[in-house]
This record gives sequence, structure tokens and C-alpha cells, in this order.
Amino acid sequence: MKGRKGLLRFLPLTAILFLLAGCGEERLTALDPYGPQAQWILDNMILSLYVMALVIIVVFVLYFIAVVKFRRKPGDDEIPKQVEGSKALELTWTIIPIILLIILAVPTVAGTYYFAEEPPEAAGSSGEEEAEEAAAEAAEEGAVVIDVTGHQYWWQFDYPQGFTAGNEVYIPVGEKVWFNLTSNDVIHSFWVPALGGKIDTIPGVENQMWLQADEPGVYKGKCAELCGPSHALMDFKVVALERDEYDAWVENMSQEEELPEENTVASEGRQVFEDQGCIGCHAVEGQGSAQGPTLTNFADREKIAGVIDFTDENLEEWIRDPQSFKQGNNMQAYPNMSDEEMDAIIEYLKTLSVEDGE
Amino acid sequence: MSTAAATKDKSVLWDWLTTVDHKKLAILYLVAGGLFFIKAGLMAVFMRIQLMTAENDFLTGQTFNELITMHGTIMLFLAATPLIFAFMNFVIPLQIGARDVAFPFVNALGFWIFFFGGLLLSVSWFFGGGPDAGWTAYVPLSSGEYADLGLDFYVLGLQVSGIGTLVSGINFIVTIINMRAPGMTMMRMPLFCWTGLVISILIVFAFTPLAAGLALLMLDRLFGGQFFIPDMGGNAVLWQHIFWIFGHPEVYILVLPAFGIISEVVPAFSRKRLFGYTAMVFATLVIAFLGFMVWVHHMFTVGLGPITNSVFAIATMGIAVPTGIKIFNWLFTMWGGKITFNTAMLCASSFVPTFVLGGVTGVMLAMTPVDYLYHDTYFVVAHFHYIIIGGIVLGLLAGLYYWYPKMFGHKLNEKLGMLMFWLFYIGFHMTFFIQHILGLIGMPRRVYTYLEGQGMETMNLISSIGSFVMGAGILVLLINVVYSAFKAERITVNDPWDARTLEWATPTPIPEYNFAQTPQVRSLDPLFYEKMHGDGTIKPAEPMEDIHMPNGSILPFIIGLGLFTWGFGMVMINMENPIIPPAVVIGVGFVLTFGSMFIRSIKEDHGYHIPVEQVKKIEKEVS
Amino acid sequence: MSSSVDFSKGLPSHPEKATLEGKNKFLGFWVFLGGETIMFATFFGTFLGLREGTAGGPTAEELFSLPLVFIMTMLLLTSSLTSVLAMFSMKKNNHKSMLVLMIVTVLLGAAFLGFEIYEFVEYVHHGLGYTTSAFASSFYTLVGLHGAHVLFGLCWITTLIIRYSRSGITLTNAPKFYVASLYWHFIDVIWVFIFTVVYLLGIGGA
Repeated sequence: MKGRKGLLRFLPLTAILFLLAGCGEERLTALDPYGPQAQWILDNMILSLYVMALVIIVVFVLYFIAVVKFRRKPGDDEIPKQVEGSKALELTWTIIPIILLIILAVPTVAGTYYFAEEPPEAAGSSGEEEAEEAAAEAAEEGAVVIDVTGHQYWWQFDYPQGFTAGNEVYIPVGEKVWFNLTSNDVIHSFWVPALGGKIDTIPGVENQMWLQADEPGVYKGKCAELCGPSHALMDFKVVALERDEYDAWVENMSQEEELPEENTVASEGRQVFEDQGCIGCHAVEGQGSAQGPTLTNFADREKIAGVIDFTDENLEEWIRDPQSFKQGNNMQAYPNMSDEEMDAIIEYLKTLSVEDGE
Repeated sequence: MSTAAATKDKSVLWDWLTTVDHKKLAILYLVAGGLFFIKAGLMAVFMRIQLMTAENDFLTGQTFNELITMHGTIMLFLAATPLIFAFMNFVIPLQIGARDVAFPFVNALGFWIFFFGGLLLSVSWFFGGGPDAGWTAYVPLSSGEYADLGLDFYVLGLQVSGIGTLVSGINFIVTIINMRAPGMTMMRMPLFCWTGLVISILIVFAFTPLAAGLALLMLDRLFGGQFFIPDMGGNAVLWQHIFWIFGHPEVYILVLPAFGIISEVVPAFSRKRLFGYTAMVFATLVIAFLGFMVWVHHMFTVGLGPITNSVFAIATMGIAVPTGIKIFNWLFTMWGGKITFNTAMLCASSFVPTFVLGGVTGVMLAMTPVDYLYHDTYFVVAHFHYIIIGGIVLGLLAGLYYWYPKMFGHKLNEKLGMLMFWLFYIGFHMTFFIQHILGLIGMPRRVYTYLEGQGMETMNLISSIGSFVMGAGILVLLINVVYSAFKAERITVNDPWDARTLEWATPTPIPEYNFAQTPQVRSLDPLFYEKMHGDGTIKPAEPMEDIHMPNGSILPFIIGLGLFTWGFGMVMINMENPIIPPAVVIGVGFVLTFGSMFIRSIKEDHGYHIPVEQVKKIEKEVS
Repeated sequence: MSSSVDFSKGLPSHPEKATLEGKNKFLGFWVFLGGETIMFATFFGTFLGLREGTAGGPTAEELFSLPLVFIMTMLLLTSSLTSVLAMFSMKKNNHKSMLVLMIVTVLLGAAFLGFEIYEFVEYVHHGLGYTTSAFASSFYTLVGLHGAHVLFGLCWITTLIIRYSRSGITLTNAPKFYVASLYWHFIDVIWVFIFTVVYLLGIGGA
């Protein structure tokens, strides 16, 4: 395990492709933490388990002794001594639990404040607006602040550089990344188990949290608040890159749109993309609206719509009937698109990448 | 009595529809609650079938969401609550030595309103599907924009059944405070009565915020209110606060009577008085009080800030102390006793370690930052099922086996009982223990499926198999009920368990007036006291007199029907092309409800008297 | 149980609590009012949480007029007083005076309700519809719920007056009148809170 993680560090930028192609492991479980938050959670969970194990052992031992030792034998009609109670015992099992709880309460409070940490410049400011301003300042000074918006059933990530990503959020390794979270429709909950805790995205409310990944890699994220029929399929990914790779990625994402070369299948696809109105919901490099996931780096994604394997067939089926994959999602179906148009559009979509250094 | 009734079928039905007798209402509650329990249990089995394998397509996401919503809603409001009310209704008047509850009419009213409310919720399946926003119905998912008619049925069904629960709660408070027999001081009351009193108070203070919250949601959905719409100045988090101000005490409303049942069954079959009675009463009160101070622990991930989260985390941990007191007192009740292990005692005693497992995860959940991990995952699902099944259901099963002979005149078969217990108990742990780990490896709750390759397949399969085993346990219970009804030996003695409290001093079957003469209570565990210090019978506190009894009435049924009609009419406002204008249906409902109330208020009903000669005759027959 | 009370010396000093039935009603109703208090508290909380949410619609400062609300408050407070006096009459076994005072209570309550309806109509004319904003919804719901309670109280007390106009005060109807008057006080207290929280805070803009 350790060896592989160490090796990843030295992989060049193109390794992202390799990672995304599914060869790298996708980290999900909270029992194998990759960041300080997740580590804190695991450590304190284990602390609480020790304390609770103590309680459980005491109760179980007493219980099993009582059950075995004080069974009534057949024909035994003796009335046992009627004990009213015992002040000393009552005090014992009041005071000892209180002590145990204090052991848990101290890290709980400390941790609550640790998790609620604000971007460095924001410390000391009280008002919510001030905090937001400070966050913006922090962004200017290099701290990564990403705006997250939950949608039925996808995630929108707005970077301070002005571009948008859908369903896959890229972060630099080894530093705290701040997220400002809200929702566009119902309540969702933003959760990356291997990196840290979760927080709800609520319409009309802006929440803040931070996460940090200590190793490069892909971390699976999930929506943890019931948000409709396809709640189970509202997955996303956190892609953690070394800082220089991250900067390169940001650079690529921020570039002007490069249309496909003329008179290719891909350029036809681009035409279809506009004619069919796809661009009305899906922006490409800042062109078009963001009602649906931005497709700027669509071809870099491992999954379509966060959950479907990226193959031509699946992509076609998804465009023709999105409901069959994700019930209740808001994408329009295009069942009557001709095969040529479909091929063209798929070809075009597959050119949408930012990772070959262009 | 039953032979006379059996010859005229119609009168049997009429008798049950109009009864105000707490013992019969208890049986109605038991049957209605039992049916709802089976229905919601089957839904759980369907959900486990869906989750048995990865990417299963047995159910769609929409259907699955309807099932989780109905499962949770029915289990809490329409199964657990009425089953608890069944025992409270049957046992509390007997345990305090009363002839009936304080307001027999209101008692019947409570049942019928609850029943029709449940019916209203259930008919949603025939009008486009059940509610689908989870039993917590968080806005905006439950608002008019995102949810269909099912949510209207949810809002109105719960509103109606909540009224029933509320009036029953008031009734129990008055009964326990005003109707106790001479000598039955508060500190001589059985713990089941104490918990009954405390949860009735909780009902009054928790169901009213729920009623208000449901009213807000209804106004939003039906009349364009803007309470929860952020763009119109509303606030989506408000609903969560209101819901959990109700929702957390609701947990105690259900679990405290289960504690009460355990506190009756364990002493009876350990042949020893309850250890630390005073501490138990005190702990009950503290739990109830703290229950109102901790609702935010359901909302740690809402982002309310570190101060709020810390305060509520510590308050939540505080609840562990009185609960621990209870656990140890039960242990020490058994300690040094002479324990008989029949099904009732098996359920009651196995409750103790099981509940501890649910309790410790509760404390773990109270650690706010760690809760950022647990929240809304299968860890939470496992936790509250340990509380609800390991606590409430085991308590109810213990109560069922324990009081069954008094209620129905015969015991349940012990062999089938043991089989049920082991199937249910093993199945339960198999289903839910593993779900703790599923949560930690990243399975959120309320997901209708999970993708392959996340390491969740095996554990989900085990969990599903466990749920089938549990289901088999309940099936054995049903077989037992039928089998015992035909085959079991009739009970003719007052006290088949050699128990301790006043309900076992009444004849079996119990005459409708319970006690021919109001009993004189001399101690805690009055029957046991008389066995030790007297001749084993309870002394009367009054001479044999004519007994005043309330008349039966069909009005509670009609009021329930009226509220059902009203609620259905309200739902019709959101229906496309209703056949009858909704206003008409609402009007009919109003007339039925308020008309009945009006009749009740102007027609004086003084009840009737059973003459003393007849009382003597009945007493001779049953003894 | 009522048979155990000695009537020979006239009514007992607390006719509403003389029988077990009366005692039960008395306690049960107090508990019910406890529940109602919590329910109103929830609506108050909702209103306080949403009163800034006017969404561009009319605000409290723009709408509320103190004189009107003051008149309404006085009407309701007076009606509460007359219902107390009615209970004193009941305890003195003065049936006629009790009925008259109860009728005055009903009239004052009806006047209050009239003003409230006028007030709502006025606000709607000023552009505060039920669906205008969260503030509007929560205002109409809270104050309207109180109004519905007033209406129910009026119907209830009227029914009692008509039903027992000739029977005199008995151990059966004394608890009923008593409980109705308790309910009336409760409505009055709720109004005092509405006056403070909704109107005074609204006009003061705090």
C-alpha cells in the first residue's frame, strides 16, 4: 500500500489519464483515511470505541453472570431477598459514566472547532459576509476556494479562476481546500469519506467546509442526503493532484475554447451540439449556460453522469434516454437523433479534454 | 357474554365500533398497530431484496423512496405508537386500580382518529404513489415543486393521526394523576405507569410542534405559503428544526414505555422487586427532560456553527447517564433473583445487552465531528434500529407474551415463542450489526442501489438474509397467535405468572368494570405485598355498590370518519380533475366532525349503573 | 361519582371541581392548553424566523397601524375580564348574571373578530397576499390561527349559553363553563403575545 502511494507521487501529468481510466484505486472507505480530517475522525472513533468497549464488557459480564447464576431451578419456590436498591451503587454508575463522557466531550468540542476552521485571513472575523470576503481574499492569495452547488443529480464546481467543472473536482495535494456550498434545488450533502466529514448543501444557505488530501489520487464522493429517485447515483470524484499539476490543469481549464478542426466528424458534432440545443444547458469552456454539467473536460471523465462507464454505447444510450439510467434527472431525452448525428456528437464530446497539454 | 354476542354478528361489530371500554380499545389498538407493523415490515423486506445485490433492478429509485418513507412513517406513527397505546390502555387503569381511563369517550376518539389518519396515509398508494421524501420529509424535497400527491397524504394523514395521539396522551395524564386507587401514591406506581405518564406529557409537548410543522407544510403545498421557499424569504432549515423538536422526543415517547414494560417483566420473572425504583423514576424524568434539549444532533451537518453543535453534542452525551442508570438497575434486579426464562423474560432480558449496543453507538454519534462521518449513512440506520428493534420491539414482544393471558384468556405457546425469539433475535443482529460497517465504508442511507466494486456486496447480502430470518420470526409469532387461540389452555386464575402488580389481582377474563370494589393499595408491588404480608388478595377500599359505567358511542367513529373525509378533501385540492369538487368533500368532513362534537356537547350522557346484585353475580361467576 | 356530593346545602364553593368528572375536565383542559401553548410557540418561532423575509413585498412597518390593533387588544382584554366576572357569578350561584356576562364576552369577542377581518382585508388591498412572501404567510398563519381560535371560542360559548340558558348552574355544566372561560383567557394571553411580538416589534422595526 505505502509503496504504491509513494510511487504515485512521481508520476507525470499524463498519469492523471491513467488514474482516471480506472487503473488507480478509487478511495472510498472512511476506514482508510487520506487527509487530516478523515484521520482525526478515525482516531476519535477508535477512542470512543475503546471507551464504549469498556461499558459493553462491564454490562455483558454482569448480564451473563446474572443469567447463568440466578436461574430458578425447577421446584425452587424460595422468594429471593427483596433488595430496595443501593445508594453507593447508584452513585457509582452515575459518576463513572460522567467521567467517561468527559473523556469524549473534550475532543468533541476541540474537533468541532477544528473542523469549523475558516480560511486563514478570515480568522477573527465574525460576520458571515466578512468571512466570505476573507475567503475571496484568501483565494487571491493562493488558497483554493471552490464554490460547490448541488443539483438533482450532479455537482457543479466553480473555481475562482472563473471556470466550472461538473462531477469531478480537482484539488491540490497537501493543502487545505475550502468549499463554499449551496444547492440549486433540494438539499444534498457533500461527502468524501476518505478525506473527511460531510456537510449539507441547502438552497438559500451558504455553508463552508475544508478538506485536505495528503496523497494524490481519486477519492469517491457521494451525496448523503435524500434528494430524489436518483439520490443513490449522485456520485462525484475528488481528483487530488500535486500543486504544479493542479496549476497546469487550472491553466488548461481557463483557456479559450478551441473548436475542433473544420470538416471533421468532430466539427460536425460541434454543429449538432449547437443545433440540438445541448449547449443551452451544457457549457463548454465558458460558452453556454450551466444548467447542466459543464462539459469542458468531459472526455477526461471516467464515468458518464458520475455513475455510468464511459463507452460510446453507454453515451449514446444516455443521450437517447437519460431516464433509464438516472430516474428523475433533468436532462432532456433525444430519442430521435439520427445515427450520424449521434456518432458526430459522440466524436465531438470525446475531444473535450484538457489533459493532453493543449 | 361472547356466546350471546356470537349469535348476532351485527351486534358484535356495533359493539366494537362503539366501545369505550379501555380493554377493548386496547385490543383494537393491538390489532390495528399489528397490521400496520406487518405492512411496514413487508416493505422493509422488499427494500432488503432490492439491496441484496449491487445494481439490482427489482425496484426503481422512486418506488424505493416511497417504501423507505412509508416504512419509517408507518413504523413510528402507526405501528409502534398504537402498540404502545394498546398496552398503556389495557394495563395502566388496571395497575392504578381504576375502573377505566378518565375520559372513556376521548379514549375511543383517540383510537378512531389515529386509525382513520393511518388509513388516509395508506390510501396514497391508490392515488399515484406514496410519499417519497423520507419519513422526515425535508423541504424542499417535500415541497410542492418536487413531490407529488403522496406528500399531501403524508401531511394530512399524520396531522389527523397526530390529533388522535394527542388526545390520548392528555387522557392518560389525567387518568394517572386523578384516577389512582386509594393508597396508590405516585411513588408506589409501577414503572410502566410512570413511563406512561412521562410519555403522555412528552406527547403533549412534542406532537403539538409537529402539528404546527405539518400545518406549515400543508399551507405551503396546498395554498401557496412561502415558509420554506428561500427565494420568497422562506427558510428550508426551519422545517428541520420543527421536525426534530418533535422527532427526538418521539424516540423517547416510544422507548420509555418499552423501558416500563421491561421494568415490569424483569422483576416478575426474577421474583425480586425492581432494583433502585426511585432512581428509575428519576432517570425517566431526566431522560424526558433532556429529550427536548438535543434535537440539533440530528442536524450537525446543517452548518449551524461550532457553538451550537458543541452545546448540543454535550447535552446529547448527557442522556447516556440516566440511561446507564436504568441499564444497571435492570441488571441488579436480575442479580440475586430467581430467574424463570420464558419467552417474555427472554425478550425482556435480552433487551438489556442489545439496547446497550444501540446506546453506545448513540454516544458515538454525539461526537459532532465524528458524526460528520456517521450522519446519514448506514451507521445511523444500524444505530436507530438497535434502539427501535432492540429496545422498543423487544419490549413490546415481552409485553405481548406477558400480558397476553390477561388480554385474551390464554397464554401464547412457549415452544413457538422460543422459536420466534431466536429467529427474530439472530436475524436482527445479522441484519443490523453489519450495517454499522457498511456506513463506515461509505454507504449513505436511503440509497436504492449501490455500484459494484465498492466492497458492499457481501455485507448487504448478509444483511438481507438476516432480515428474512427476522421476517420468519414474525411469521412464527402470527402462527403462534392463531395456534394458541385454538389450542392453548384457558386461564381461569387471576395470576398465571405469580406476578407482583395490581392488574394480576383482577379475575380472568376481566369484568368490564375491572374492580368490583376499588382496591386499597398498601405498598409498591401491591399484589406481591399481600402475598407476603396478607392472604394474597387485595383489600377493598369501599363497600360493594352500584357501579357507574359510561355509555358506548358511535360518535368517535364518526368524528374519525369526518376527519378522514376532511383530510381527503384537502388532498383533492392538489388532484388533477377531481370527480367531486374538493370543497364539497371538505365540507362533508367538517359537518361530520363538528356536527358530532356539537351533538356530544349538547346531549348529556350520564352513563348507566350496574346494580350491585349483578356485580355480585358476575364476581361469583369469574371466581 | 356525582352521587357522592352533598347537594343539600346548595352548590359547593368550587362547582367546577366538585365531581371527579369535573376534576378530570379541569386538569385535562389545562394539559390541553399546555399543548396549545407549545403549538403557538412553534408558530411564533416561525414568524420570528421569517419576519424579515418580505421578498420585496410590503413590510410590517409599512402596514401595521397601532390604533387599530390597540382597539382590538382592548376589546379582547375586556372580554377576558367579563368572563372572569362570569366565573365569580358562577361561584356565587348567580346563573343570570353569569349568562349576561358570558353574552357580553361573546359580543366583545365578535367585535374583535370583525376588526381582525377588516384588518386582513385592508392588508390584502395593500398588496400583502397570503403568498406574497414568507413574512406574509407566517403573519397570516399566526394571527389567523388565533382568529380561528376566537371563532371556535365564540361558537363554543354561544352553544353553552343556549344549551344551559334555563337549567341553572349544576355540577354538570359548571365545569363546562369554567373550561370555556379558561380557553377564553388562553386566547387573550396569546393575543397579548401577538400584540407584542408581531405588532409592537413590527412597528418598532426591532
